[in-house]
Amino acid sequence: MTLDLIIAALMTVVGLTTPILLAGLGELVTEKSGVLNLGVEGMMLMGAISGFAVTVFTFNPWLGVLGAAFGGAASSMLFAVLVLQLNSNQVATGLALTIFGTGLSSLIGLSFVGRIVPPFSSIFPAALSRHPVWQVIFGYSPIVYFALIMVPITAWFLHRTRAGLILRAVGENDHSAHSIGYSVVGVRYAAIAFGGAMAGIGGAYFSMVITPMWAEKMTAGRGWIALALVVFAGWRTGRLLAGAYFFGILMALELYAKAAGFSFMPSQFWAAMPYLMTVAALTIISARGTQGANAPACLGKPFLPST
Amino acid sequence: MEPSSLPPRLDLTGITKRFPGVLANDHVGFAVRPGEIHALLGENGAGKSTLVKMIYGIMQPDAGEIAWNGQRVTIANPKAARKLGIGMVFQHFSLFEAMTVLENIALGMDASIPARALEAKILSVMGQYGLKLDPHRIVSTLSVGERQRIEIVRALLLNPKLLIMDEPTSVLTPQEVDQLFVVLRQLASEGCSILYISHKLHEIKALCDSATILRGGKLVDTCDPKVETSRSMAEKMIGGSLKDIQRNADRSFGPDKLVVKALSLTPPGAFAVALREISFSVRAGEIFGIAGVAGNGQNSLLLALSGEEVAPDHGAVVVNGDAVGGLAAKERRLKGMASVPEERNGHAAVPTFSLTDNAVLTARDRLGMVRAGLIDARAARTYAGEVIEAFSVKATGPGAAAESLSGGNLQKYIMGREILQKPQVLVVSQPTWGVDAGAAAAIHQALVDLAATGSAIVVISQDLDELLSLCDTLAVINEGRLSAPMKVADANIEEIGLLMGGIHGEGGSAHAA
Repeated sequence: MTLDLIIAALMTVVGLTTPILLAGLGELVTEKSGVLNLGVEGMMLMGAISGFAVTVFTFNPWLGVLGAAFGGAASSMLFAVLVLQLNSNQVATGLALTIFGTGLSSLIGLSFVGRIVPPFSSIFPAALSRHPVWQVIFGYSPIVYFALIMVPITAWFLHRTRAGLILRAVGENDHSAHSIGYSVVGVRYAAIAFGGAMAGIGGAYFSMVITPMWAEKMTAGRGWIALALVVFAGWRTGRLLAGAYFFGILMALELYAKAAGFSFMPSQFWAAMPYLMTVAALTIISARGTQGANAPACLGKPFLPST
Repeated sequence: MEPSSLPPRLDLTGITKRFPGVLANDHVGFAVRPGEIHALLGENGAGKSTLVKMIYGIMQPDAGEIAWNGQRVTIANPKAARKLGIGMVFQHFSLFEAMTVLENIALGMDASIPARALEAKILSVMGQYGLKLDPHRIVSTLSVGERQRIEIVRALLLNPKLLIMDEPTSVLTPQEVDQLFVVLRQLASEGCSILYISHKLHEIKALCDSATILRGGKLVDTCDPKVETSRSMAEKMIGGSLKDIQRNADRSFGPDKLVVKALSLTPPGAFAVALREISFSVRAGEIFGIAGVAGNGQNSLLLALSGEEVAPDHGAVVVNGDAVGGLAAKERRLKGMASVPEERNGHAAVPTFSLTDNAVLTARDRLGMVRAGLIDARAARTYAGEVIEAFSVKATGPGAAAESLSGGNLQKYIMGREILQKPQVLVVSQPTWGVDAGAAAAIHQALVDLAATGSAIVVISQDLDELLSLCDTLAVINEGRLSAPMKVADANIEEIGLLMGGIHGEGGSAHAA
């Protein structure tokens, strides 16, 4: 294999990893606050179309990313009102959000089919970003670097700041947090909004960087992979980064298998691998019998303060 | 104690709180002086919890006034309460299992303090009051007594002027209770008022300067517990005369009905305690008590005796001469062994099922409620009605959902469901946990009556007073091991306490388990 091919493969992996890393980080924070939002796929699509639409109108991809974050967060607020205010079932509501986001993004996207958006200009000088070798480090969209920077920031927030401590406390024991005097619902709104914004940016990576154009259902199930990734990572940020790249490699193998039979297994096998790996990771965690799973104790449970 | 010319630390007047269908507090008023240890007494549902929740700002009163050091105040939320100088140690600890002691304490602080500075403060407070705790331990690895210490340290760091303790001793060993009282007396001597909620009257007599008694949301009396007797306070609490357990003083025991021989078993689950070589026997007519601090294998033992967990050795459990160790719960029931687990809702009864359906679940085989795979609805309904009648269960009828009953009534129903099946051996765990004094007395009497008919009874409980008054024989479980049985008549509280704390024999160094 030549160096060119290796670099192309590496850049494919980075490209495939970025959206699930972004959405996974957002979902990790949401789940750490005790909320299971299965609407990641829908929020990614809403982010994808919002980012795309804003960029079409403003010709500014930076504003587009902001729009994507806003679109993802706004759609997550729909979910938040239902599960936090009306205590609806989180699993059912999350699934509904995915269906809703898929449909609404397709509807909005009708008038954007065939349009194109200006790409991000590189944040590094062309000598580096176009360099045949160094592009493997410097040749990406700013969203890629944003995703990577967000990993240590999220870890620092969760484990070193007071706000992060409170967020984890709310996910660990909502009633205790409430009795101490923290606003469980308020913290969860913020966490859901963050999850929505990150999923939205992850979705925009498809419509603004990978293609860059709009096609309905263009996230192609990556929201579900992001959800599996959070579980695979055992709700830990460091492991989430490693897991995202691991899943990214599996997805790249799927692509190569599809494109050129460039693999010793059918592409469907690789498509199923992230989920199989998640099952395997869960089995290992469970077999070790420790609290290695690190799952927030209140995950998915509605908070009813009166009882 | 400070001069009485000072205004009361806390003064409540006419506090009223209404919930849908119930008046939880009806014009309650009393005062707590600086440095006073004031008891708040009452049965379950008397309105104690509601009242302290209003003092701590978790709820707002519908009417009435709260005065703090002579100033009228509105306590909008727990943060405002802490700002005034009110600290609270909850009955069910508001702790975060997966986090460290330090993180838990940091969460209880209103101001953000750097972790290192906080740790230094914690160590200094613990030194001042002789409390021992490692700030970096994960809470899920701590004993109940240690968890309570976290709550106490958390409250003390705020320099409280009033500390509310909600049933603090219900899960402690006698030694841990003594240590706690030393801390509370030291606090009071420094001028901190303590509002001490409990229904353990001898503790209140030993610790408190005055006692306010609530019944049905109303104030019954504020009295001096040093002058009152335990009995007089109990009667004020239940609003009637207290019934003693009535039993034959010179009863004798028959042959062994339940024999457990070297039972070792590790139930599944990360937090289950393994049973190690447990041996004991219970004779016909005998009530055998198993004492111990929560989490020392009581749950595992109940599962192993009821048959929810099958013993690896078929001969390890013998009922009436038949080995049943390898049998599941259903077969053990047919052999005459019934059991009542600790958790009422979800383990002993299905909350959303009617009382009739819940009766079918355990009585179907012994009482022939199922024929050719079909439930004999009339027989089931009749039996449920009999239980309700015999145990004065307050319910709308056999069709009432189990979850619609209060804790005490559901417990009476579940106990009745098993007792009326006339089991040869009955195993019960925490039979009166969270049950008011009236219902507890009824349950105790029913157990004594069942024993008098020749059944063998095992009572697993963390309430030592209950075991001492109810049982003929007593053993202590600690870390999955059972002590040698002792006759209750010549049991020594000190020794039981040491066994509960994990000290076997003499000369062991004191380690609070």
